[in-house]
Amino acid sequence: MKKTLVLTTALTGLAFAASAQEVTVMSWGGAYTKSQVEAYHKPFTAEFGISVNSVDADNPATPIKAQVEAGNVTVDVADVEFSDAVRLCDEGLLEEIDHSILPPAPDGTPATEDFIEGALQDCAVANIVWSTVYAYNTNSVEGTPMTMADFFDTEKFPGKRGLRKSAKATLEMALMGDGVPASEVYDLLETDEGVDRAFAKLDTIKDDIVWWEAGAQPPQLLADGEVAMSTAYNGRIFNAAVGEGQPFEIVWDGQILDFDLFVIPKGAPHKEEALKFIAFATDTQRLADQASWISYGPARKSSGALVGLYSDGKTEMAPHMPTAAENLTNALVNNFEFWVDRDAELNERFNAWLAN
Amino acid sequence: MADISAPLTTADGKPLKAALASAQARARRRAFFLVLPLLAFVLLTFVAPIAQMLHRSVHNPGFTTHTDIGSGEKTPIMVNLRAWFKENPPGTEPDEAAYEALVKDLVVLRELKAPGSVGTRINYERAGSRSMFTKAARRAEKLEPPYKEAMLDLDEDWADPELWQVMRGASSAYTFNFYLAALDLARDADGSIVSVDENRQVYVKLFTRTLLLSLLITFLCFLLAYPIAHLLATLPLRHSNLLMIFVLLPFWTSLLVRTTSWIVLLQSQGVVNDTLVATGILDDDSRIQMIYNQTGTIIAMTHILLPFMVLPLYSVMRPINPSYVRAARSLGATSWTAFRRIYFPQTVPGIGAGALLVFILAVGYYITPALVGGANGQLISNLIAFHMTKSLNWSLAAALAAILLGGILVLYWLYDRLVGIDNLKLG
Amino acid sequence: MALPNHASTLERIWHYTYLVICGLIFLFLIAPILVVIPLSFNAEPYFTFTEKMLALDPTGYSTRWYDLLLTFGMDNPDAPRDGSWWADAWANAAWINAAKNSVIIGFFSTILATFLGTLAALGLSRPEMPFRRAIMAILISPMIVPIIITATGLFFFYSMTGLANSYVGIIMAHATLGIPFVIITVTATLVGFDHSLTRAAASLGANPTTTFFKITMPLILPGVISGALFAFVTSFDEVVVVLFVAAHDQQTIPRQMWNGIREQISPAILSVATILVLISIALLTTVELLRRRSERLRGVSPQ
Repeated sequence: MKKTLVLTTALTGLAFAASAQEVTVMSWGGAYTKSQVEAYHKPFTAEFGISVNSVDADNPATPIKAQVEAGNVTVDVADVEFSDAVRLCDEGLLEEIDHSILPPAPDGTPATEDFIEGALQDCAVANIVWSTVYAYNTNSVEGTPMTMADFFDTEKFPGKRGLRKSAKATLEMALMGDGVPASEVYDLLETDEGVDRAFAKLDTIKDDIVWWEAGAQPPQLLADGEVAMSTAYNGRIFNAAVGEGQPFEIVWDGQILDFDLFVIPKGAPHKEEALKFIAFATDTQRLADQASWISYGPARKSSGALVGLYSDGKTEMAPHMPTAAENLTNALVNNFEFWVDRDAELNERFNAWLAN
Repeated sequence: MADISAPLTTADGKPLKAALASAQARARRRAFFLVLPLLAFVLLTFVAPIAQMLHRSVHNPGFTTHTDIGSGEKTPIMVNLRAWFKENPPGTEPDEAAYEALVKDLVVLRELKAPGSVGTRINYERAGSRSMFTKAARRAEKLEPPYKEAMLDLDEDWADPELWQVMRGASSAYTFNFYLAALDLARDADGSIVSVDENRQVYVKLFTRTLLLSLLITFLCFLLAYPIAHLLATLPLRHSNLLMIFVLLPFWTSLLVRTTSWIVLLQSQGVVNDTLVATGILDDDSRIQMIYNQTGTIIAMTHILLPFMVLPLYSVMRPINPSYVRAARSLGATSWTAFRRIYFPQTVPGIGAGALLVFILAVGYYITPALVGGANGQLISNLIAFHMTKSLNWSLAAALAAILLGGILVLYWLYDRLVGIDNLKLG
Repeated sequence: MALPNHASTLERIWHYTYLVICGLIFLFLIAPILVVIPLSFNAEPYFTFTEKMLALDPTGYSTRWYDLLLTFGMDNPDAPRDGSWWADAWANAAWINAAKNSVIIGFFSTILATFLGTLAALGLSRPEMPFRRAIMAILISPMIVPIIITATGLFFFYSMTGLANSYVGIIMAHATLGIPFVIITVTATLVGFDHSLTRAAASLGANPTTTFFKITMPLILPGVISGALFAFVTSFDEVVVVLFVAAHDQQTIPRQMWNGIREQISPAILSVATILVLISIALLTTVELLRRRSERLRGVSPQ
């Protein structure tokens, strides 16, 4: 009797110690964070007893860089874009991640072969493929916009335009809107003339632009009628349209594909738990589960087959994925090397342009 | 026998003068000790942090010291190149020795994983430099002499005299270049100060815009505050106390609530536009854009700062004796003349106090422009926040903050001289 | 302000125009604050008056947004509303947690600001205080210096000293921001302070401590309380410092509102705004009553 009591006490103590463990994950907010909470955080806590604090930022790359440089790191895992992951790793701001901790696919394929090309980096492990697209509200747009050029044509399709307040993706879209085929965009952007041309195109609609910063804003701007069309992360539009029944339509022409990757900032307070979390969240099943909450493609080949229906139980996810064959005509794959090198200067020019 | 030439003394024989002085010193000390805890607290939690932050505007060790994130260990970097700069006067054509020093330093940078941060430091002053450093550092180890040729093969921009000028400037951790940048200036190849490229000029414009918008807002506040302050000052106290609630309630209401309200009222599907459309004044397609631009900033800030103008005006107008104006009228002045020559001059101190306070607060405003300002309604504070949280160019943020703070302290000093801080009223 | 009998027609017209202008300005001041109240009861997720609302149809109104304030962030919002539902709300609802944080931070920063501020005001109001003007200028400056500069300074300072992400750090910062208000209100009460009262107490044999608690304190108390309320409101409404130095899980009401306004402004924000307006009305009333009491005590009667 007494023995049981001691054992129970010990167990309770242990359980308490376990539940005191935690890991703080920073992501992009809104529908995307929600999909991660459902697919990664909840099962992770259930399996390991480690609680997950979920925090949001407009773009987690900036706050974690600020935290590491100020020597005040509170985030353990951050979800960042491809070029940011490479750039931060280059600058020594991220912990390196040993790829051998990643579990193999169910059929035994090692993780290094199971992840799609580029998804594994020295300091980062990709979880999804997403894309920047533009979408419109069918109630406020007459006719059917088909191409990137239509986005920039406020004569044919009157109304305000929502655009992300950053150079990345905006400049590419401006060039594609000016008739440059996706395959030539980055060659042109490497030149000063190309950059000038992109800004000149943006100038043509500057007065009609409403700038957004958080990924949750574009669906809101579209729903409120503040803009007729907006660039957006494709999953946000899908969730608003299919999940909430908003009259939004995505135009896939000129979509810009990118990875989101998990990284660990240097000096993260719970590094062990962070590694555990990343290994868990990027396994085959978890990545496939995530795709049932939002229309982003899993970064593992083995997850593809497991992707089924949206969480409403009836919508087939495959055609809504940015990687679906019919959505890939004239798609642009984000050139991370270009942005690793040019992000700072192009954003500087972009901000000067904005302020004038 | 009393000696009248002897100094006066107190009962216990101390000279009176000394006793008075020590009593006064005691009183001064006592008063000072009451203030001391707070003064120490404010110096610690307010003055010291700001001073430390401003130090960053002249100090940036990005090109001289590398701090390891994990261990905090500091390593001097760019040692060879900095030595070359020291030996050769400004304007010296970089020779083979200079390029050799550069390549050696780049190899070290690669090992420290520091090319990105060093490149960023140079990129602050010469756009496009960051990628040159990261690319060159990646290949530095494999480069063979002659180094000058090898580097120029990588990127011919390495010969750019402006780049060398910037590196020379950055080779000392203390620099005033961030102040130059904050004023849209830069140093050219021979070190003289020139304006930056036109499509990169932004700060002077923003300072000017901040000043102009603040002036406009101050003027609007004055225009709106004057009539109601006059009304409040001339009504019987019972009534004016009631009406005063209209001024004080906004004053007590959360800033965010008031900003939210303006969004609700002014957005294109908001109350004002809907009313105009419903009453047929506006077409459904031609709704007015009144928010997320300068108009939004001006309207919301005028509303938020209006009480700061009404209160000082009211406290000046209340004691004005109405018989002066009556006397003027009875001497034949029209009501306009009486107002202009007699009443208005008496209210000038209140206008000065209110205008100065509103202007000081407006120049540094952040929250409202950030939420309703869109792209062209942003003020200088928003740009400081941008460099703090987005571009992470902290030295430039500090330099901008120092300029803004300097301006505000001058106005604050002026306010203290003209109005006196003691006369600040809060309802 | 009444119009004299001999006023000309032109003067009469001007007089009434003037009153209309004043009315419009008062409307400009108060309408934005009041408009959120009815809109927060909107049954639809819009920010305008729906036709049903204008027709005063009860179905156009609902308290769903207030309900959302309770349920948002709860583990199990749809459970029956018994004790455990409320316990869940108390522990997990995002807005309730934000309110708890706001009150904790507001309370302690107010105590700190009021204590230090009152003490300093007593010293500052003594005629023999050395460097009075300069010190006063330093102590009032947190109100004048742009908040972004203060927040930036604190960000680096707290990162260096380890105060970042702690309650202590935010409380100290908010106390600093509230101190000018305490000093202004308390020195204002001390300006009219009749020093013969303390001298009388001393001559009747009271020691300085007794004099302070029996004579000075009751007289300046209204000023101290108004100052404390100002300090509390300052903290309760502060968002920029919190954004820069607080940990991610240290949500406060203004921070939650800030995120809401930037990302997806829902009528739930309006219901929070309504509650805050009601709180500010209550605070304003308290301050007004205190002011009158103080005037009565000091014998400054309104004309």
